[in-house]
This record gives sequence, C-alpha cells and structure tokens, in this order.
Amino acid sequence: MSTRIVLGKLLGSLATLAFVVVFNFFLFRVVEQDPVANLFRGRNLSDAQRDELTREFGLDGSKLEQFWSYIQQTVGLNFGRSYVTNQPVIEEIADKAPATIALVGVSAVLSAVFGILIGVLAAWRRGSKRDYAATTLTMTTYSMPDFWLGMLLLTLFAVVLGWFPVGGISDPNAPDAGIGKLLDHGEHLVLPALTLTVAYLGEYALVMRSSLIETMREDYLVLARAKGLRDTLVRNRHAVPNALLPVVTLAAINFGLVLSGAIAVETIFSWPGLGLATYEALQGPDLPMLQGLFLVFSASVILFNLLADLVYVALDPRVRVS
Amino acid sequence: MTAQPAAPPAPLLSVRDLHVTYRTSAGPLPAVRGVDLELAPGETLGLAGESGCGKSTLAGALLRLLPRRTEVTGDVLLEGEDVLAMKPGRLRAVRWSGMAIVFQGALHTLNPVQRVGRQIGEAIELHAVKGKGSTRSQVAELLELVGLPGRRASDYPHELSGGQRQRVLIALALACEPKLLVADEPTTALDVMVQAQILRLLKTLQSELQLAVLFITHDLSTLAAVCRRIAVMYAGRIVEEGPARDVFAAPAHPYTRALAAAFPVIGDPAFRHNPAGLPGDPPDPRALPSGCPFHPRCPVARDICPETAVELWPAGPGRRAACVEVL
Amino acid sequence: MSSVAVASARRIAWLRRRRAIAGAWSQYRRSRPGMIGLTVLALFVAMALAAPLLADESGLRAVNVIGNEPWSSPADFAPLGTDRLGRSIWTQVVWGSRTSLLVGLAATVLAALIGMTVGIVAGFYGRRAGALLMRLTEWFLVIPFLPLAIVLAAVLGPSIRNIILVIGITSWPSMARLVRAQVLTLKERLYVDRSRALGASRAHLMARHILPGVSGLILASTTLTVPVAILSETTLSFLGFGDPSRPSWGKMLEEAFAQGALTEEAWWWYVPPGVCIVLVVLAFTLVGRALEEILDPRLRERST
Repeated sequence: MSTRIVLGKLLGSLATLAFVVVFNFFLFRVVEQDPVANLFRGRNLSDAQRDELTREFGLDGSKLEQFWSYIQQTVGLNFGRSYVTNQPVIEEIADKAPATIALVGVSAVLSAVFGILIGVLAAWRRGSKRDYAATTLTMTTYSMPDFWLGMLLLTLFAVVLGWFPVGGISDPNAPDAGIGKLLDHGEHLVLPALTLTVAYLGEYALVMRSSLIETMREDYLVLARAKGLRDTLVRNRHAVPNALLPVVTLAAINFGLVLSGAIAVETIFSWPGLGLATYEALQGPDLPMLQGLFLVFSASVILFNLLADLVYVALDPRVRVS
Repeated sequence: MTAQPAAPPAPLLSVRDLHVTYRTSAGPLPAVRGVDLELAPGETLGLAGESGCGKSTLAGALLRLLPRRTEVTGDVLLEGEDVLAMKPGRLRAVRWSGMAIVFQGALHTLNPVQRVGRQIGEAIELHAVKGKGSTRSQVAELLELVGLPGRRASDYPHELSGGQRQRVLIALALACEPKLLVADEPTTALDVMVQAQILRLLKTLQSELQLAVLFITHDLSTLAAVCRRIAVMYAGRIVEEGPARDVFAAPAHPYTRALAAAFPVIGDPAFRHNPAGLPGDPPDPRALPSGCPFHPRCPVARDICPETAVELWPAGPGRRAACVEVL
Repeated sequence: MSSVAVASARRIAWLRRRRAIAGAWSQYRRSRPGMIGLTVLALFVAMALAAPLLADESGLRAVNVIGNEPWSSPADFAPLGTDRLGRSIWTQVVWGSRTSLLVGLAATVLAALIGMTVGIVAGFYGRRAGALLMRLTEWFLVIPFLPLAIVLAAVLGPSIRNIILVIGITSWPSMARLVRAQVLTLKERLYVDRSRALGASRAHLMARHILPGVSGLILASTTLTVPVAILSETTLSFLGFGDPSRPSWGKMLEEAFAQGALTEEAWWWYVPPGVCIVLVVLAFTLVGRALEEILDPRLRERST
C-alpha cells in the first residue's frame, strides 16, 4: 500500500483532531461569559479566591491569550484539575481508562463478530424463517436504549437469578492478584459487556446481511461454484470478503457508538471507567473533567476511524488507484 | 469380407429432453422446454439465439449452476454419466475438470479483491493432479497459453482490459484440462478487433487441445466461422440445427434467416436482445403463442402455423428445422 | 389563451403528482412490516394526543398523590403500579409519550432542514463552496455524538428546547451527505441541463427540479432519523439533561435508576417506558425502511 495514501489519511485525521481541539476551546470558554462564576455556581467565593482561580485556569488574559495557553496546555496534556477531586484531570483519565478499554474493547469486538455472523447466516438463507427471526431479533435489540437493556439484564441475571454481581469491577473479598483477580474482574465484566454487545450488534447484522445479499448476486460466485468449490467455501472465500467491505466502514462508526454507549452502561453497572467518570462529572458539572473526557473520546474515535480507513484500503485493491 | 463400419465415437456430451423451469414469485418460468444436443469429442457446436431464449440457462444447467429452487429435468450425460443425478461430491469433482465454462469477461465475473493468479490457482488446487509442477508455474503456463505474460498473475481484475480479462477466463477454464468447454458469450462485451483476437485464440486452442466446444452467442456470423455445427434456439427450444456453413448460407427456418441477415451492430445493447432486427419482442415464456412460438414475428407465417405443434423435422443432409416450410 | 395553457399544465402536474402518491401508497400498503409500523405509530400518536383522556395530568406531581402507596406493583395499583413517590406509572407513560414523540420529531425536522439545505447547496454549488461544506460535514461526523451532545447540553442547560437543538445539530451531517450525493446525480440528468439552457436561474433549478428529486430520499431518511433522535433524547434524559418540568420516558428511566428501582425489584417502573421506546423506535424504523424501498431511487434502480 502506498505510503502516500497512508500519509494522506494520517494528515486528514490530524486535521480533524486539531478541529476538535479548537472546537473544545470555543465550546467551554467562549460560550460562558464568566467561566469562574459559572463553574462554581452555587458556591460562595471570596474575591481573592475568585482572582486566584481565574489566574489558575488562565482565564485572566484576553481571549487570544486564553486560546494560546489552552493550546499549550492541551498539547502538554494538561487538562487542568478536577473540580471534585482536585487531581489533575489527565491522571484521573489515565486511572480510569483501562476499565473502559477492557469493556469497550471486548464489546466492540464481540458485537462485530456476532453481528457479522448473524448477518451472514441470515443472508445465506435469505427469506427463510431463520433469516426472518434473525432480522426481527436484531432490529428489536437495536431499537433498545443500551442502558435499558443493561437494566433488564441486571434485573434478570444479577438480582433475580444471582448469577452475576450487581455492579462494580471487583468483589472486596476476592483475591488480590493472579488468576483469582482476573476471574473476579471477568465475572463483573460479563453483564456490562453483554449489554453493549447485544445493543450494538444489530447494525452489523443488518449491514452484513444486505451487503452479502448484494454480493450473492455477483457473477464471480457462479464462477467459484463452477470451479467445484463447496458451498461454504464459496461463501467464506469469495462472498464474505467482498461483503465485508461496507462492514469495515461501519466498524468505524460503530466503535464511536459503543464508546458513547459506555457512558450510560458503565453508570448502570457502576463500572469504574471513563463512562462513569463522565456521568459523575456531569453532576457538578466538573468542567475540566468534561473537557478532558470529550477530547479523549473524540481522539479515540478519530484514531479508530483512521484504522478502519486503512484496513479498508488494505482489503479493497480497487481504491488504491486514486 | 466387408469391414463393419466403425461405430461412431460415443458422444462426449449428450443432452436429452432437457427442461429448465425457474421458480419465481410470479409463478414458474419455463426457460428451456425440451432440448436435445450431442457433442462428440473435439467437436464444435454453436448455439445461437436472442437474449432470453434460454441458451445461458442451458449452459448453467449443464453443470447445475442454476439457483437452488430451479427445476431441471431430463438427462445430461457427460461421458455417459448423468450430471443431473450426480451426488454433490462427484459433481464438484466433475465441475471444471470434466467440463468448464468460459464466462463473459464482465468486470464482476472475477472476484474483484483477489489476484487473477490466485483465482486460477484455486481451480488447479481443487482438482490437483500430482507431478505437474507448482501451482505458480502452472498458472504462468496457462497465462502464456492464452497470450498473456506470466507476471499478469499478480494483477487484480480491474487492472486488466476487457480483452485481457477474457483471456484470463479462458486460461481459468483450461486450468484443469477439461474435455469440454462451454463458452457463454465470450466475446460479447468486447470491441470488434479484440473479438477477432479472442475468436482466433479459441479456435487455435480448440484444435491444439482437441477440445469439444459449445459456443453460445447471439451473433450467428461468429459461429459460422468458429463451429462445425450450429443450433439455433428460440423460446426455449431448438428450432434449427445443422452444419454451420450450410445453416448460415441457406437457413431453413425463418428465424435463422433473419439472424443470418443481421449485421452486427457494435456496442448497441439492443442488438443482443434482437439481433435479427425483427419487429416485436421475444415471447414471454409464461405466455407463449400457440403452435409455433415464432409465428407472431414470422415474415412468412401461414394460417396453419398457430395451430401446428412444430418439431424438428429433417431439412436436408444432417439438418433439421422446426418449421412447416421444410415439410 | 395562455392562461388556460398555464392552468392546464399546472393541473396536469398536480394530477400526475396525485397519481404518483396514490401509486406509492398502494405499494406501501403491500409491505407488511411497513403497515405494522404505521399502525403502531398511529396508536402511540393517538395515545399522545389523547393523553388528557387516558390519565389525569395532576397525577404527575408528587403533591397530588399523597394517598397512593409508593412502590406498588401493577397487581396492587392498576394498571402499571406506582413509583417511589406514589405517582402512577401509567400516567407518566401516557404523558411522557408527548415529550418523547415531540422531541423526536422536532429534532429530526431541524436536522432535516439543516441537512437538506447544506446538502442541496453543497451539491449544487460544487467546487469550493461545496467542498468546504462537505469538509465541515465530515468533521462533524467524526466527532462522537454523545460526548458532543453532553457537552452542548451541559453548556446550554437542561430544557426541552435545548435538547431539540442539541439533537438537531448533531444529526444533520449524515442527511447532508446523502442529499448531496443525490443532488450530484440529479445534476447530471438531462432535464437539468435543458432547463439551464432555457435560462432557468439557480433558484428555480433548485426549487423545481432538484427539490422534488431529493424529496423522496429526504422523507425516507428523515423517518429513519427519528429513531435516533428518540434514543438520543432517552439517553440525554437519563444522564440528567431532560427538561425537569416535563415527563418523558427517558426521565422515567433516570428516576427509576437513581431512586433504586433496580434494587427494589420494581420492574414495573422501568420496563414499561423502555418497551414503549422500543416499540416506537421499531415502528419508525419499519416505516422508514418501507418508504426507502419505494422512494429511494438507488434502491429502485437496483431492483429492476
């Protein structure tokens, strides 16, 4: 794959990231007239405190000076301090990121795998009862609010059946290290991951299904069959790779959705990740936290979009000629 | 003592009373309504007709490549074995190694995301015969056989021209050394110069490799040059057959006459739907005219035509035609 | 003489349009999922409109229901039980339907208007203006919706108007992209060229030729955007941005969660609003897809 294409896409992503950074600034700093008063609504500040805070948040210069210091801070990954904990935002984020990475990572992968599988099975036997059932089921789960599905699963599997813990990431009585700890975390991961997976596999199934149905009309499948290939091989070696292409594009979009979905789902399950942190930051509102989280979320999605873009180019030789 | 006349060689392909009916949401669609064909080893037979007359369906039926719920009855004997009765495993083994199809080289006939060498190699590996050298060398040999440099194996289909793609499809068809080649409109999408090249190539390969070829097209003039015998299809049935030169020079059936007189119109898609330039459209297979299905468009139709159940009657040495005129 | 000609030309166009709509409707009727979706939607719209007849609005305020037993299951308090404050779930569901449907539709209309305008202008003016607009659209598409919506909602404050605004602003890009692609295709069509040759102004072209050509696509796409808007409103309400003065299904879920319905096993509090959301979203999706089959010229071309 030509480096020119890769470089081009990389630059595009950086440009988008830059846009987001600038946008972030305007969103928080410009929209409010008196940031300090706004940030501390309801709290009594003496003039001295207010002056100090103004200086600390770099709000004392002109808008341009503010902007410049904001840029400097952002590049240096200094997002200020949380209003609630007074810890540097970047530390809070680093602390909570692994939990979300685990949850979102597992869910994104599983929703893709199962969604694609269901889509393939439904399309290959199009019009059959299996197809109808699969399509109806996935459309229904896709119509559910993700956190509501979480509430249902929590009620059924944790409260009523007691098979899984009701929330959190670990049991205080569980072992501190080793396999025991891993199993404990895993046990707590099951329900939130199941929620996100089921909530977001619908689109994969539907897109894969219609893509495969389109592909199934193509002549090269007849040719593959004429060569003497077994039906499943025709499907897996020729139909599916072509049908997967739109799904790769979808993966990029879906990742953003799963990541966003984590906000509400982590809340339901008290999963101590960035999603729960966002929910808690909203209660304040803890604006530095929100700002940092917004940047992190956006940057992740931009990165993932870039990856998906590159994967698409790797898979489809036709787009390499620009 | 007079020598007994040698028995004619057993036919390579013998199609008897083939009927193909598609099952559509609007009811059954009879695309092929009783076709008999025979092809001896090394023989060339051309099959001509408009788009929709059933010839491509026929080709698909020979290797059971039609959609799942299509009804196919009759016999298709390949070297004595009935293809229609084969078990799936045997069918897969026979496909490509017994009989192969050269499809039309449209852009999506080949898998767009796989290199062409890989696609040829897949066929070779499926029907692997030991001791023939590596797949890669075999692929290169095949490409050279059809006039392409071996390095083309690493190209993707969209990187090839229409003529090159057609050559790849021919190489692919020859990959497992089939005895019978079915060429389904192999030159239709190409321009005249390339058409001539491809036809020459096919002719050369056919004589060199002693292939039996069933050549399907809507352009009768091509068949006259390439095949020894011709059959003409209309509305799912064969309406005339005989030695190519005779059929072309003196057609017995009015439809063949119109086909033979038509000048091919390059690049006009309407041509393949009505190469004969006749008024009207090919009949709807679900609502065929009574008697001879051709009579509504026939320039010399008589009163008895709508009432006569036409059959292939003898029309000269080695010739038959389904028209009351030959009676 | 000429006025008669003009009148009959307009009348012919009108008759043709009516026939096209009638044809589209009969085609729509044949789609079972489409009809199911439409029926369900009609039921919910009826519920929203008939709210005062179905449930007493005063029951939404805690002060008016002191006599009710809180946490009552549907077995004890028909038809759907009560919440922690003793308010009837049924009342909240009925009156909440108004908010959810209103926000869903209003936000979608806003998104459609913006998206349509941007799409048509971008497609029509091509080159620099168009490319610039599309750049902007692409950027918007990359920013993950929920964080953006949260940030906007946090900054603007919780109110129904702001929610509509936030959802509308974050949903227009995908429609803009669709519309622009369609406009570009239409521009190539001959009748646009002919009109231009006859001296039609850009505005005339846009209004008379492009707009009808994209209206089918817009209708289908808009219908499919409503589910997104409703789900967004649900999530935003759950996160605390719902308008505090209005009931909504999302708000019910938020209150249920925040006030411990999960641990109290008071399923009747959070299951009904969720079921309603699923039904409405599913209904819009079915209707939208059925419309797409009929109106989207791309799909139609493929099926012929």
